[in-house]
Amino acid sequence: MSLDAYKAEFDKAKPQRSKGEPARIGRARDEALSRFLANGFPTTKNEEWKFTSVEKIASRTFALAGSGEADRAKPAAKDVSPFQLSGAFGSELVFVDGRYAAALSTVGSLPKGVQVSSLAAYTAGQTDAIESHLGQVAPFDRQPFVALNTAFFADGALVSIPARTVVEKPIHLQFISTGQANQMAHPRVLIVMGEQSQGAVVESYAGPAGAEYFTNVVTEVVMGEQSVLDHYKLQHESNQAFHIGAIYVKAARSANCSSHSISLGGALVRNDVVAVLGGEGGQCTLNGLYLVDGQRHVDNHTTIDHAMPNCDSREIYKGILAGKSRGVFNGKIIVRPDAQKTDAKQTNRALLLSEDAQINSKPELEIFANDVKCTHGAAVGQLDKDAVFYLRSRGIGLVEARHVLIHAFAGDVLNKLPLLAVRKGVEDVLHRQLDNALRAA
Amino acid sequence: MLKVRNLHARVAGREILKGIDLNVKRGEVHAIMGPNGSGKSTLARVLAGHPEYEVTEGEVQFESKDLLDMDPEVRAREGVFLAFQYPVEIAGVNNAYFLKSALNTVRKERGLQELDAMEFLTLVRARMKELDMDESFLNRPVNESFSGGEKKRNEIFQMAVLEPKLCVLDETDSGLDIDALKVVSQGVNMMRSPDRAFVLVTHYQRLLNYIVPDHVHVLSEGRIVRSGGKELALELEDKGYSWLEQPAGAR
Repeated sequence: MSLDAYKAEFDKAKPQRSKGEPARIGRARDEALSRFLANGFPTTKNEEWKFTSVEKIASRTFALAGSGEADRAKPAAKDVSPFQLSGAFGSELVFVDGRYAAALSTVGSLPKGVQVSSLAAYTAGQTDAIESHLGQVAPFDRQPFVALNTAFFADGALVSIPARTVVEKPIHLQFISTGQANQMAHPRVLIVMGEQSQGAVVESYAGPAGAEYFTNVVTEVVMGEQSVLDHYKLQHESNQAFHIGAIYVKAARSANCSSHSISLGGALVRNDVVAVLGGEGGQCTLNGLYLVDGQRHVDNHTTIDHAMPNCDSREIYKGILAGKSRGVFNGKIIVRPDAQKTDAKQTNRALLLSEDAQINSKPELEIFANDVKCTHGAAVGQLDKDAVFYLRSRGIGLVEARHVLIHAFAGDVLNKLPLLAVRKGVEDVLHRQLDNALRAA
Repeated sequence: MLKVRNLHARVAGREILKGIDLNVKRGEVHAIMGPNGSGKSTLARVLAGHPEYEVTEGEVQFESKDLLDMDPEVRAREGVFLAFQYPVEIAGVNNAYFLKSALNTVRKERGLQELDAMEFLTLVRARMKELDMDESFLNRPVNESFSGGEKKRNEIFQMAVLEPKLCVLDETDSGLDIDALKVVSQGVNMMRSPDRAFVLVTHYQRLLNYIVPDHVHVLSEGRIVRSGGKELALELEDKGYSWLEQPAGAR
């Protein structure tokens, strides 16, 4: 798709934009578009994209989803998601092709002052959060896909939890694609956590099997002092779809952020998680699990930026690669000069189930302080043959033995998912998908 | 029950077994002894179907079926059990879960009802008591951070739960202190029955003080060079294995 086509789509979308949109957002869109048009899509010459070519996205022509799709969506649209998570949530917002589908959503009863709503609605009281934070956490100057999202997002979710408020039931933001060929959606999520607030947010992404579309999402998370957020991203797009997603977290003093990224679908997937620990005593957990098979490609890039002293970060990413799939992991940890007494630990493991699967894995530590603890470990390997034989010698069949061992491998990440319903939902999908991957092998 | 004829096997291109003949009947206990590198453990692993060992000649019949034709899991379901010399640590797999799946797979194969969680727990608790094992064992990952003795006891425990027909113990005694050895031996002795047979692979005669064999075979360079009764083990204890180096008239 030529960049001109994006310009044309941008101009076409302009009159449809929400009337309530603050002028600042409009200016940001213009600026983001010109930045995107100037730089274009990243190429593999760009260090950040060295092992992930987005040529397949760049060479296609995608059109924005029509504004009426979400209104017309039937309840059955939700069945496209393989994750059986029902009953686990207090609020469940459904977005179809990036737009809020009110008829399919349940906001539920929420504590006073809590907002869980469409980003484009601009209802009374939510403008503050948007005005102060939207576009302020995810920088688009050097991130082409963030620029693209900023220019094009039509809707998305706003979750705002005021100070000293605890939302006990998790919030589900369900993003569904109708899977029309060559359609693109750029949903935006803004999560604003007030001081000492607490909550859990699950974002899930799915589309109909075999559909070829493009999802480009940006999530911005602003965490006030001592706030606690459990964030989940469950990605199960169609195996022919493109998914580019970035989560940017800015955490204040003593905030505690956990991110759990589960990536099971998509033909070409890139997940970025960037957490800036911008206050003393912050804690950050980044965990990830991906399963990739066939000719699919999944790239996880994480950055933990220790900007202030006495922050802890823990990171475990695990990948299971089958067929001719390709995985990329890049885990950057920055420890700034002020960030004394940083305690950072990163683990990254990949399990290769076939000779043709490939992983590029790179820890990147940039340490500018001298009194810090920073460890990282990376390992790539195949299933332990002795363990397979041991299980078989007890009567467990070859396929099941492999299953058991792969699950044990994934367990490090799965067992750390605090929401049981999510853990169960993910395990079920993982089981089914492993069955297919192992059968194909 | 087990008939081994002229068995040749190799691993990593090297021939280890060079024509083994062995006949094990129901209810019998056979001890296989021999110096390091004689092929004792290879024999045990070949019987269990270790994929890295290649049988190049000969045959093995188990209950009149061709054992060599079966995958390892099929052998286990038919009733062959190998207690590993070096039990494998399996991180992230809980002992109870592992054993329950194994037991139910084996039971299904034998036409028995699968056990539910409660029935399973009742069964394993009884077996653990007999083997003087702590119940916390069940919730730990398989063999992970077990001591050497705990690993060996875990093998015998699995054997007691799975109730195989043929139990092959590969140097289960090595590395055990005398107390653990007694517990392990007691476990084996409890399982002795007219329908079950044991093949004990061991380097030392000591084990045979506690588990009295019906037959003792001495393995050297991939062949059985002498067979006899339990007194043969005592003779070995006295003389060591050095006499094997002069094979004249050994057979």
